[in-house]
Amino acid sequence: MNDDDRSPVRLRRRCFLRSALVAAALPLLPARAEQGGLRVGLTPVFLDDQMSFLTRWRVWLERRLKRSVVFVQRGSYREVMDLIRGGKLDFAWICGYPYVRYRHDLRLVAVPVWRGRPYYQSYLIVPADDRKTGSLADLRGKVFAYSDPDSNSGFLYPQYRLASQGENPTTFFSRSFFTWAHRKVVEAVGVGLADGGAVDGYVWDTLAEFHPGLTSATRIIERSPDFGHTPFVARRDIPAAEMRQFRGALLDMPADPEGAQLLRLLSLDGFVAGQPALFDGIARMAMRVGKV
Amino acid sequence: MIALDDLSLRWKIPLRVMAAVLGTALAVTAALVTREYDEMRQNLESHAKSLARVLANTLVTPVLHDDIWRAYEILQSARDPAAIAPELQADVVMVTDAEFRVFVSSRPRDFPIGASPARQGGAYARLRAALMDRKSTEQQVIEPADSVHYFVMSPLVADGVALGHVILGYSKISFVPRFIGLVGRAAFVTLLVLLLILPVSWFAARQTGAPLLALADAMRQVPGELGSARLPDLPQNKDEIGQLGDAFRRMVGELREKQELEEQMIASQRLAAVGRLSAGIAHEINNPLGGMLTAITTYRRHGNGDPLALETFSLLERGLDQIRNTVAALLVETKAKDRSFAPADIDDLLILVDAEAAARKVTLHVGGRLQSPLPLPATLLRQIVLNLLLNAVAAADHGGKVRLGMDARNGMLHLSVCNDGAHIPDSRMAHLFEPFASGREKGHGLGLWVVYQIVKQLNGGLTVDSEPGNTTFRIEIPYGEP
Repeated sequence: MNDDDRSPVRLRRRCFLRSALVAAALPLLPARAEQGGLRVGLTPVFLDDQMSFLTRWRVWLERRLKRSVVFVQRGSYREVMDLIRGGKLDFAWICGYPYVRYRHDLRLVAVPVWRGRPYYQSYLIVPADDRKTGSLADLRGKVFAYSDPDSNSGFLYPQYRLASQGENPTTFFSRSFFTWAHRKVVEAVGVGLADGGAVDGYVWDTLAEFHPGLTSATRIIERSPDFGHTPFVARRDIPAAEMRQFRGALLDMPADPEGAQLLRLLSLDGFVAGQPALFDGIARMAMRVGKV
Repeated sequence: MIALDDLSLRWKIPLRVMAAVLGTALAVTAALVTREYDEMRQNLESHAKSLARVLANTLVTPVLHDDIWRAYEILQSARDPAAIAPELQADVVMVTDAEFRVFVSSRPRDFPIGASPARQGGAYARLRAALMDRKSTEQQVIEPADSVHYFVMSPLVADGVALGHVILGYSKISFVPRFIGLVGRAAFVTLLVLLLILPVSWFAARQTGAPLLALADAMRQVPGELGSARLPDLPQNKDEIGQLGDAFRRMVGELREKQELEEQMIASQRLAAVGRLSAGIAHEINNPLGGMLTAITTYRRHGNGDPLALETFSLLERGLDQIRNTVAALLVETKAKDRSFAPADIDDLLILVDAEAAARKVTLHVGGRLQSPLPLPATLLRQIVLNLLLNAVAAADHGGKVRLGMDARNGMLHLSVCNDGAHIPDSRMAHLFEPFASGREKGHGLGLWVVYQIVKQLNGGLTVDSEPGNTTFRIEIPYGEP
């Protein structure tokens, strides 16, 4: 991480804290009591903390759905999952791993399309000045950074890789820690705090586009196979009309000028309805690691 | 240093004052800079200590929860990359666990997670020893002599148990630039103050030395140039230098009096010796002279009238008469019987001198008159006044003035004769009253000698003041009241 990047990052962190505080006050209201309001859960795990972007998106959704929308942000997938499974959220943008774990409590709404396909990869990264490390196996006894324990790309995939090589994922690294955001995994590896890290390939590539200073301090040593991209899900008992309206709004985003602009900020092409089978690969890995 | 000791006070006093001013300025500046340095150092330390305390309190939870990233973010937030005071910026911040292994550090590449900071060697190895020595729940400041860093260590305490330490490493030299700036500013201000003070001090010091220098100058003229010693330049005030000046003035005055007395005494002794000598010679000459003159008179009366012999004896008689007159002039003797000196005597004398004065167009003035005859021998007094008046007329400039002053009071006759002619040079003054010491071609040079002899015999006194344009002879003669 060089000096030019440091202060924007810190600014964002403060932005996040502010939005978290705002969000923390809201869920005290019973979610279902507000008849008109849609509650949408988000995490900073893969979404960059951008209040202005989220405001624009919320305004766009409200205009589109003709009802109020509340983004509920939480620091980890687990908190968002607890909320949606408890029926306190209507929709949530989560990762494929929690989806496959709780697919019976959830309904799939839409899957992002990135570079023309509803897939993404997990990248294993090391500091750019580390020229020796060539694979995950070389990181034995080192410090490793995960993003979120419920993240597919930032946790499940490296765990699966180690397990499939016959390693014990809990003892393979000397130390490991969670940063609760993919972007921060890139930072941790970039400054050398961690010797390696697992990161969402979509986040890494987007960062490489908008903040090349961050990603240039890291080097990708492994790319995972394709996995179903981070899905929008709904609580199980979502009314059919709401489900249809919300999905329609997401799918229509590319056709709308403002929606297209929002997608460009997300580096996404759009959304597709998607099938649960997209996430079978993740489900197999989860099974192998034994966490389903 | 001898050269410095011999230096004139003209330079020595100002130089010493300059040295004192410079020394004071340097001492004050050094004291201020030292104080500022200490303050800077204390600020830095207290800042570091409070930062370490805050970090230690904040980091307890992340360390307890093993949340490395959160701890790292806290460390990062304690660093301000655009700090106004870079010396307040910790060079390295790290959190160590109970076994002195890095939990997290602000420089992960130098202090990776799980490694011992002692691996870096040097001061870091010493830190561990310091941690073991002390009670682990106290904050410590450690300043290893061989390290460019000094460290502030604050324990991470949860429920009375030390989980580890927060260690802040500060560069010892990071505040050197600021310190140099401080010294520069202090030097500049000192220089400005010196620029103002130095000329003033220099002037004041010169003023202090000036009276001493004047005194020294005057002293150098003693005793060689006693007459020209510039006494009025001496300090007049009442301080010690002024007192020295007074003493010096008194001393010079006394020296001058002594010198004059000596000169007068020598002149008197010489005159007395000359007087005795001439009196002796006169007696020795007068005895055969009387015989020779008697012999010539006898021959004239009883001789055979040989014309050649008579002519020869006339020649001899005239010669012998001249010798007798000269000897008589040398040998001034008070006649036992003489009439008193009367006011009319002055008138006679003026008539006698008038012709000579008229010839030289000299004006005669007479100041004062005698009211009555004085019991003093008239012949001798007439001789004195006549001689002095004739001398004065001769000495006066053509068309000049001569003044005769007289006064008789309380048994003392005061006479004074002045003329406005050229003054008597010093070289002549010493021998003025000796016989045949005349500076003029005319006269036999016995005038003043006679005056002196008469005044002496009458127990009087005689002084001469001569300066350009005014030469005055003053005579005092005591007389008994009739």
